[in-house]
Amino acid sequence: MLKKFIYIYLLSNAISLSFAGKSINFNRDIRPILSNKCFHCHGPDQEDRKEELRLDIAEGKLGALTPRDGYHIVKPGKPEESELWFRITSEYEDEFMPPADSHKAPLTEDEIDRITQWIKEGGEYQDFWAFVPPQRYIPESEDKSYDNTIDQIVNASLRTKGLRLNEEADRRTLIRRLSFDLTGLPPTVSEIREFLDDRGSNAYENLVERLLNSSAYGEHMTRYWADLVRLADTNGMHHDFDRDFSTYRDWLIRSFNENLPFDDFIKYQLAGDVFNDPSLDQLVASGFNRLHMIIDKGTALPEESLHKNVVDRVEAFGTTFLGLTVQCAQCHDHKYDPLTQKDYYQLYAFFNNFSGAPETGGEPERGLQPPFINLTTPKQEKQLADFDGRLQALEFELGAIVRRQGLSDKWPKDFSKVAVPWIWHEASRPSPSVDFRTILELSEKPEYAIARFVGLPKAVGAKRGAFQGNLRQSKDGAATEANDVKNTEETIAHIPKTEVFVNGVSLGNALTLKDGVAAELSDLLISGENLITAKTTEKSGFAFILEYGTGVDTQFFTTSPDWKVSIDEGSSWVAATEVHNPKHESEWTNRVRSKEVLEAQKRIADLKAKRTAFYHTIPGAMIMSEMTPPRQATMFIGGAYDAPDVPVERNTPAFLPPMKKKKEMYTRMDLAEWLVAPNHPLTSRVAVNRFWQQIFGVGLVRTSEDLGAQGEWPSHPELLDELAVTFMETGWDVKKLFRSILLSRTYKQSSDADPKAYKKDPENRQLARASRYRLDAEVIRDQILAVSGQLNNTMYGKSVRPPQPPGLWEMVNMVANRPYVPDSDDNIYRRSLYTFWRRAIPPPQMTIMNAPSREFCLPRRERTNTSLQALLMMNEEEYFKAAKTCAKQTLEETDGLESRLRLTYEKITSHLPAKDRLELMKKTFVEFSEIYQNDAALTRALTPELDGTDFSKRVELAAWTMMTHSLLNLELAKVRR
Amino acid sequence: MDQFQSFCDQLNRRQFIKRASVGLGVAAIGGSMTPLVATAQPGLHHTAKAKRVIFLFMAGAPSQLDLFDYKPGLEKLHGQSLPPEISRGQRVTTMTRGKKQEICASIFKFAPQGESGLVMSELLPHLSKHADDICMIKSTHTEAINHDPAKTFFCTGSEMPGRASMGSWLSYGLGTLNRDLPDFVVLSSAFWSGKTNVQALYSRLWGTGFLPGKHQGIAFQSVGDPVLFLSNPKGVDRKARNKMLDFVSKVNAEQQLVTGDPEIQTSIAQQEMAFRMQASVPELTDLNQESEETLGMYGPEVHQSGSFARNCLLARRMAERDVRFIQLFHRGWDHHRQLPLHLRGQARDIDQPISGLLTDLKQRGLLKDTLVVFAGEFGRTTFAQNLTPGDRGNYGRDHHPRCFTTWMAGGGIKGGISYGQTDDFCYNVVKNPVHVRDLHATMFHQLGIDHNKLVFPHQGLDQKLTGVEEARVVNDILA
Repeated sequence: MLKKFIYIYLLSNAISLSFAGKSINFNRDIRPILSNKCFHCHGPDQEDRKEELRLDIAEGKLGALTPRDGYHIVKPGKPEESELWFRITSEYEDEFMPPADSHKAPLTEDEIDRITQWIKEGGEYQDFWAFVPPQRYIPESEDKSYDNTIDQIVNASLRTKGLRLNEEADRRTLIRRLSFDLTGLPPTVSEIREFLDDRGSNAYENLVERLLNSSAYGEHMTRYWADLVRLADTNGMHHDFDRDFSTYRDWLIRSFNENLPFDDFIKYQLAGDVFNDPSLDQLVASGFNRLHMIIDKGTALPEESLHKNVVDRVEAFGTTFLGLTVQCAQCHDHKYDPLTQKDYYQLYAFFNNFSGAPETGGEPERGLQPPFINLTTPKQEKQLADFDGRLQALEFELGAIVRRQGLSDKWPKDFSKVAVPWIWHEASRPSPSVDFRTILELSEKPEYAIARFVGLPKAVGAKRGAFQGNLRQSKDGAATEANDVKNTEETIAHIPKTEVFVNGVSLGNALTLKDGVAAELSDLLISGENLITAKTTEKSGFAFILEYGTGVDTQFFTTSPDWKVSIDEGSSWVAATEVHNPKHESEWTNRVRSKEVLEAQKRIADLKAKRTAFYHTIPGAMIMSEMTPPRQATMFIGGAYDAPDVPVERNTPAFLPPMKKKKEMYTRMDLAEWLVAPNHPLTSRVAVNRFWQQIFGVGLVRTSEDLGAQGEWPSHPELLDELAVTFMETGWDVKKLFRSILLSRTYKQSSDADPKAYKKDPENRQLARASRYRLDAEVIRDQILAVSGQLNNTMYGKSVRPPQPPGLWEMVNMVANRPYVPDSDDNIYRRSLYTFWRRAIPPPQMTIMNAPSREFCLPRRERTNTSLQALLMMNEEEYFKAAKTCAKQTLEETDGLESRLRLTYEKITSHLPAKDRLELMKKTFVEFSEIYQNDAALTRALTPELDGTDFSKRVELAAWTMMTHSLLNLELAKVRR
Repeated sequence: MDQFQSFCDQLNRRQFIKRASVGLGVAAIGGSMTPLVATAQPGLHHTAKAKRVIFLFMAGAPSQLDLFDYKPGLEKLHGQSLPPEISRGQRVTTMTRGKKQEICASIFKFAPQGESGLVMSELLPHLSKHADDICMIKSTHTEAINHDPAKTFFCTGSEMPGRASMGSWLSYGLGTLNRDLPDFVVLSSAFWSGKTNVQALYSRLWGTGFLPGKHQGIAFQSVGDPVLFLSNPKGVDRKARNKMLDFVSKVNAEQQLVTGDPEIQTSIAQQEMAFRMQASVPELTDLNQESEETLGMYGPEVHQSGSFARNCLLARRMAERDVRFIQLFHRGWDHHRQLPLHLRGQARDIDQPISGLLTDLKQRGLLKDTLVVFAGEFGRTTFAQNLTPGDRGNYGRDHHPRCFTTWMAGGGIKGGISYGQTDDFCYNVVKNPVHVRDLHATMFHQLGIDHNKLVFPHQGLDQKLTGVEEARVVNDILA
């Protein structure tokens, strides 16, 4: 009996509690709890579902509101008669939910209170907010204080918390903030002054306009997109070969700058190749589907690689456009969102029909894996045609020489590839002659045959001289060519006579007998064994090459250690010695051809090399392309590539609006059109949320990667919806969206606030101030380059390689010979957007500051604050060098300590130092000067460029460098506020 | 019906449920998002046997058949085809797909070692002396058949990139023991003997994935600064740096007063930490204090920067200084051809250094709470690849994920035992299989962590190192 009383006490006590504040909103207050704690077993996934219960839906046999046999899961108005309530509050382990083996924490008191109140208020379910189309904002009461809807919504939300918008930031802060937010670069001193001097009422609007229209805007916007779609310069697997997407990156920059409507922006990327007669831009944009990691041929099974690539494409599609974790449904139904495994593979079917190979070859030329297009300009086309014309002329010329010399047309097609060993007999005693012989066995009489041979006098290696017997020109079987002797660096003192016989017929004789072409040599050869002998008039080295064939199949027969050698006629035959002297071998290879031919070939090779170098400057772009007939998609059991299941057809998930019915197979264009249809609940919200995050540091939905059930409830749902609707209605106009946000009072707030406000709302979700966050890695580096005047504003083109610490690539390289070779020209000062991004080991200046590896899609970067970042800022060579460069310029630009300090401070922080800060800087500068004044070695080490100049000049530069360097390390420099 | 009656009804309906004592404490820590900072403490979820891990990762996959898993029976079967009932048509790589699977016995001699009689190959004479410290797990297995996914799985618990690595998890779960050094250090050999088919590494292997970036592994460099950007630029010394930091901290502190952002305090602290690291890291990597005797234990290559031997010694110095997770990578194990030649060199690279490390740790009393783990990403096939006919000493072996040998020592692991068993062909596990995720769970267990409870919310899931599949602690090998 006592026990009963205790239960009653607990029960009434629990139920008397009520969720503080306004009434319960299912999507905001309840769904996240159920999703996190219950959906795993009582959610959309039928595989793991327990007890025929779904807590994600209200109706139907499994629904939470449907009465069960004698009891209720959720009985509206009656928590104590609801199994749900009972289970989450039970004291008994066996009935307690979530169960221990789920490894999920019990519900908190607050969560239990909320569920209790929700049931009390009727247990009403709502459709998941992000899966119903966004609605325009309708204010509860007219708000006259702000014109801008953003401000009205934010203000209304602040009012409920007893807060209001912070005061407006000062103009220096505003121009600095706007410059970073729109261009990723700090304002120059003259830009700041121009803005301060502009007293017109539209000064701010004009500034926004100027920045939106600067080319740096497109570069800055592209950087965020690059993270999102994992844009990088290498494969990311195995050999990690180069993969060139610079053309796609340049298209992104232009699209943002030209303000391509965002729906087209999506369509081009997802389905650019499916347009009728696609433009070059559309094809380049379709490279979006090629950005996944990819392995090179060799170890993986191609069918596995294919599957992985498609999975990667689907994930990119889901993350980039739907803002959902669709990849979770690869192996089973989604645990939290109503996305079935079948839905997943229906999406998969849109992406599995790629016409190219699933793996790259070894080191793809120009980093381009087929299919790709070349973006050749008309001028370049003409240049290429010119190259080809000249090449053709040279080939013709070579042909003429070959014909003139009576050589076969095939001669000397592959000669350079044949290594012809010298053979030798090393006898201790002098000998008047050496004979060589061998047997050549042929299965059939060749159609043509050409031979050349050469003797080498004296000891091999003693002389570089050699001479050549050209068959046609040989009269006595040992003739030389005059041009050949001239070609020899050292005069040949003595030329041994060498005569070659094929089947007993001297080649010289053979050729003089026939006054036709060299190919006639074939007449001497028979099917079966052919005896080849050579006679030299003294001890001599010898090399011989015979080209023969049927016209389609060319073969070479050369001297080798298999040849027999004999000293003096009649003595025994022994094996020849091969002379391992690559130098002589290559010399032979060159000498074996006539000089004219060689020169003509060199002209061709040189021109070809030039053509290749030129061709490599022509940008190419990997594109998406479909196969016909299409590859049948199937489900895969457990997501495993080697466990195909039933076939599936292309379609979109059932819980989202359906695609237009169509008889034939849906295309990726249908998919793109579906995404940007006005009734699609996600696309616009997902995009707008990310743009907001870009400016405010955190999205209206914090989890910008997941707007599904496990994502977070928006801080300002009405604002997200309002922006999403407006974005669509204005024709997906990105600049317009930015303009509306940047002109809002919400944006213009100061970020200064009470420490308590920061503590209460560290991420600024409530928007009662401006956001304050550390600048991204790229912005930090670009700023350092900009304030030091080094920034190279060149846009577009191949990725560049600024210096990085030694040994990083070597640490991970698969093949040893792939060092990181930094550029040596002013490409090293290009904006960080253009830095070569190797997925295996991205530039440390970037990753230390939280830039991602670009191995997978990343909608939001983390921002940490670490000692490694402090070290980077303090010691990175280029960063420090920039401080010195900046200091040198300041020294030239102005005189006087105060004026110089002021200018440096303004360059770096966009502000002017207050009086006491200026005093502190003065004091610090003096102290730096003292340190360097008293340490000559240190001063010399810092200022090697001033070797030989006055020491006081060196101290001055050292102290200014340290002063500038110190300012670059300030929070004021590193933080957007 | 009144409330009381309704309540009693519900009780009645549940009368079949066995009453159990109240046990709600179960998952109290599990879902917590705050990093669970701990200094020396009994363990996150239970008493820890080990405080730190030295993980010796042999990238490229050494042959278990030639080093650890002795199969004398193969001598008779040498040259014969692997019976199909053994290979069961399981997938192989493209390199050996469709080719004959010719059984290849190891040419190396094996002998029992130590009191335990643990059998080891003649290629590991020094390590053999530690047989009684080592627990060999011959039944380790994994799924991936290619290096890239297999390594990614071993290091992060998933074949797909983007997950947190082992060391990051430990840093996140256990917090820091030494404020002046990173929690997780990676030491990668700059050279190795097996000059064949060297496999790539990726920074994701020590990446932080979805965990906060500060738990990232710090790769020490063998050239230049051991920690990137550690040294002051030329012309800046300790006193100039000190002056600069005085100024920066003062201005930052003033700025905090104006703006109210507490994050500035963190920046100040991190700059201070950077300054301390400029002293603590050179102290760590300065081997001048090491005795000749100690240096000698690690073998002659200890004098070469970037050698595996040097890294083993550095690992001991880090263990002494309570770096939480020290991961060594040694490459050059991918012996598809000329395995005996390359394996000899590779074994020489690591044999004496590892032996030295174990001795050194033991002498200093560190082995008992330092878990040493040795593993490659998978094993190698019992059948040969790239055979030279007639040349018994020239064969290669392909990738084999179905069984391979890993070993552990110290950190509360039983020494001198062999756990798990493969079939006579060394093709399939026949007893006590240990999946790589079981190995993960066991490592965590020794560190006082329940692998099911150390979680981090990401993409709507409570992510953990051991993933969604069930993982088990290998209790049989715990001391």
